[in-house]
Amino acid sequence: MTALENKKIEAPVKFSPEAQQKFEKILTQYDSKRSSLLPVLHLAQDEFGYCSDAVVEYVSQIMELSPAQVMEVVSFYTMYHRKPTGQNHFAFCMTLSCWMGGTHQLYKNFCARFGIKPGEVTPDGKFSVGKMECLGSCGTAPMLSVNETYYESMTPEKLNRLIESCRKGEPEVP
Amino acid sequence: MIKHTQHYKNIRPMYVDLTPQPGEKRLLMEHVQVPNIHTLPVYESKGGYQALKKVLESKMDRETLIKEVQGSAVRGRGGAGFPTGNKWNFVPKNTDKPHYLLCNADESEPGTFKDRVILEHLPHMMIEGMIIGSYAIQAARSYVYIRGEYTYATEIVDRAIQEAYKAGYLGKNILGSGFDHEMVVHRGAGAYICGEETGLISSLEGKKGWPKLKPPFPAVEGYLRCPTVVNNVETLACVPWIINHGAEAYAKIGTPKSTGTKMWSVSGDVTRPGVYEVENGIPFKDFLEKVCGGMKGGRKLKALIPGGSSAPIMTAEEAMSCTLDYESIASKGSMLGSGGMVVLDDSRDLVQVLKNLAEFYREESCGQCTPCREGTGWLEKILHSFTERQARREDLQLLKTTSQNMIGRTICVLADSIAMPVLSYLEKFPGEFENYLQGSSNTSSMSGRVKHNG
Repeated sequence: MTALENKKIEAPVKFSPEAQQKFEKILTQYDSKRSSLLPVLHLAQDEFGYCSDAVVEYVSQIMELSPAQVMEVVSFYTMYHRKPTGQNHFAFCMTLSCWMGGTHQLYKNFCARFGIKPGEVTPDGKFSVGKMECLGSCGTAPMLSVNETYYESMTPEKLNRLIESCRKGEPEVP
Repeated sequence: MIKHTQHYKNIRPMYVDLTPQPGEKRLLMEHVQVPNIHTLPVYESKGGYQALKKVLESKMDRETLIKEVQGSAVRGRGGAGFPTGNKWNFVPKNTDKPHYLLCNADESEPGTFKDRVILEHLPHMMIEGMIIGSYAIQAARSYVYIRGEYTYATEIVDRAIQEAYKAGYLGKNILGSGFDHEMVVHRGAGAYICGEETGLISSLEGKKGWPKLKPPFPAVEGYLRCPTVVNNVETLACVPWIINHGAEAYAKIGTPKSTGTKMWSVSGDVTRPGVYEVENGIPFKDFLEKVCGGMKGGRKLKALIPGGSSAPIMTAEEAMSCTLDYESIASKGSMLGSGGMVVLDDSRDLVQVLKNLAEFYREESCGQCTPCREGTGWLEKILHSFTERQARREDLQLLKTTSQNMIGRTICVLADSIAMPVLSYLEKFPGEFENYLQGSSNTSSMSGRVKHNG
């Protein structure tokens, strides 16, 4: 990412009034302010797309924590993204039952098809890819999630259909 | 700003057939197929919240309540199998500090997806159990710590909690008992270690999910250093049944030491993968044939991972001669664990299977303790050298000593959760490793080219 792009993203980091309202509600649900950090980061990621340095800085201010305290949490959990993802983030479950069901092949084909690996986005901004550990769908293996939706019992054909539907901006109903 | 394409978030529950199979005994899942059982009116029409009424309207004495749960001998269904009533009883009776009940819905053990069925279909059963548990330990607040990826389940549980508030089962002065209780859904963010109870507590405190040294145990010093009970989803869902039917009725089901039923999630090489509830103590052989429809494609059973990937592996002979209860599985050197059963047929390469698991544990080690942080990486690298046919004969010993040096030397049991399986694969399936040693070159194992994220 260039410095210029970075600046563009950093400029408007502030919760919208709706997000601010949600933030204040979250704070009431815990007996310590810091306990709200995970939900607040989820909220911030929904709002700003990913956890950039500016977002980490902003969250640290509103949570009265140091940026380092926020950063150690952001970097610890896999669901917080430090880089922008594509409009359709394909996360493949790579653990035992899905692996036995052939998920590595689906993953490899996906990466080869778009020429991307984890952390990268296709030039049109539409697709990115990630490897996930067990997502709790072992009985319907192999599976993957796109953004936050589970797609279970996948086959190469189903994956192709899903990719095409995402490309058109109308993702298939799982 | 990146805006995601609209996906059909929270669209539907898991694609798994919940039709009862012959051989099942359903206490929790009795009504799982009733349409809209996840909503309050339907749950109530099937006897829901009767147990809570029984407890609160009679203002049941807390000690009596705990004794009842102790009498049922129900054990933790998350993995450790600790008696639930005893856990509740450890909470100090006279402290000024607030008490908390945490429901562990961070289901992440590979092979395990049974809590998802409760969360998606029977959230009120879990919530009812949580309110009763909270009353027993005098907790004014409880949290459902649910893994971040379970978005559909989170939505369902959240709605169920709102329904319970509206109906007066949560909030102030519940059912006129004078008991106040708040319940909140808390989403995790993707970390296996947060399913470990003290890791879960750290995570709920807004930190990375580093487990804490025990003692002090959470019952004395847990969330925000206050007395805290952490119970699994399935464990809490057992509570209403126990209160409704009595401890004795529950204890009559199953075996003397493994009372009641257990929900098993079955995946791998079986005809019908899925979630099944059976009486504890039934033979695995019957379970496989009757409930799961036998081996897929008529193949032969090679090995069984009975209770999630942390459970040491069992040979086909051991599996076929064991019954599904804590003691019988333990007698074969494994554990019932979470009930995440992975069935492996004779076409499976167990060194590859083990390597896949080692990758998982290396990825999920929280990095706090050296034996685990380094050991999981070493195990992965050594196993990689086997699958790349670069292992030396002495690497068998290296796998063994590395594992032995991980066990019991860390704050939590994540290290043991891969070290124990490694030892079990080495002991029970030496031939699988031997296949990779035949004709291998003599390259040092530690130079194995391990590719991460590739």
